Amino acid sequence: MGAATDLVWHAESSLAAFDAVVLPGGFAHGDYLRTGAIAALSPIMAAVAGMAQAGRPVLGICNGFQVLCEAGLLPGALIANRDLAFICRSIEVAVVDSGSMLTAGLEPGEVLRLPLNSYEGNYVDPSEIGRVVLSYREDPNGSQNAAAAIANAAGNVVGIMPHPERASAEWLGSVDGNRLLDSFLKAAAA
Amino acid sequence: MKVTVAITRRPEIADPQGTTVRRALHDLGFAEVDTVRFDRLLTLEVDGSDSETIRQRVEEMCERLLANPVLEDFVVEVDR
Repeated sequence: MGAATDLVWHAESSLAAFDAVVLPGGFAHGDYLRTGAIAALSPIMAAVAGMAQAGRPVLGICNGFQVLCEAGLLPGALIANRDLAFICRSIEVAVVDSGSMLTAGLEPGEVLRLPLNSYEGNYVDPSEIGRVVLSYREDPNGSQNAAAAIANAAGNVVGIMPHPERASAEWLGSVDGNRLLDSFLKAAAA
Repeated sequence: MKVTVAITRRPEIADPQGTTVRRALHDLGFAEVDTVRFDRLLTLEVDGSDSETIRQRVEEMCERLLANPVLEDFVVEVDR
């Protein structure tokens, strides 16, 4: 998408060279203890927290969302899907709140088609603090308020359970993810 | 010293596995079962001899890593 990027190893400690950071999906540390719990203790997470504090865009996708919750950078937690099944299919989400860095370029009510690939995608937030910025049109996993993406109060830290980066080319079945990634890159450049 | 840590999911947080097993127990005729919860029991071997110090340290471990305060409560028991 034209942005200069680099991979940062979890054992590193500085993000000084970057305008924004993405915590990608995966299964860091085998999801042991709780998904994201061990990764949240990585040395790099202090720099991620610093970036969040400074108002820079911090995006967690899938496992990255779980890591941000475990690190306390987003409220709530992710537990096993309601039906205890790994979900691997394309779903639709609607924009609820365009006040986050990820949804700034979209209008509330707009619908996007994105792939969902997760077992622990069921968002719970007894505090009700998390801002739902995207919601599932048909609840696939039991998430509170059908939340597919959550932002912090300032809107610069966002966790999203579906994968916008896998909806970035026609041959992947959808380009809708680019709308979100465009917003992220605009916020990164600001 | 041996320490056991019981980590329980808060009652208001859904436990689909527990709900399914409760239904299966009912199918078997164990109608008296009201709830089933899949909680976790960790056992630790910890160096030290003062059980109160060990308890405090393990409780700190629970707060910082072993339990997620959003979802879970914990009870620490130090073997005497």
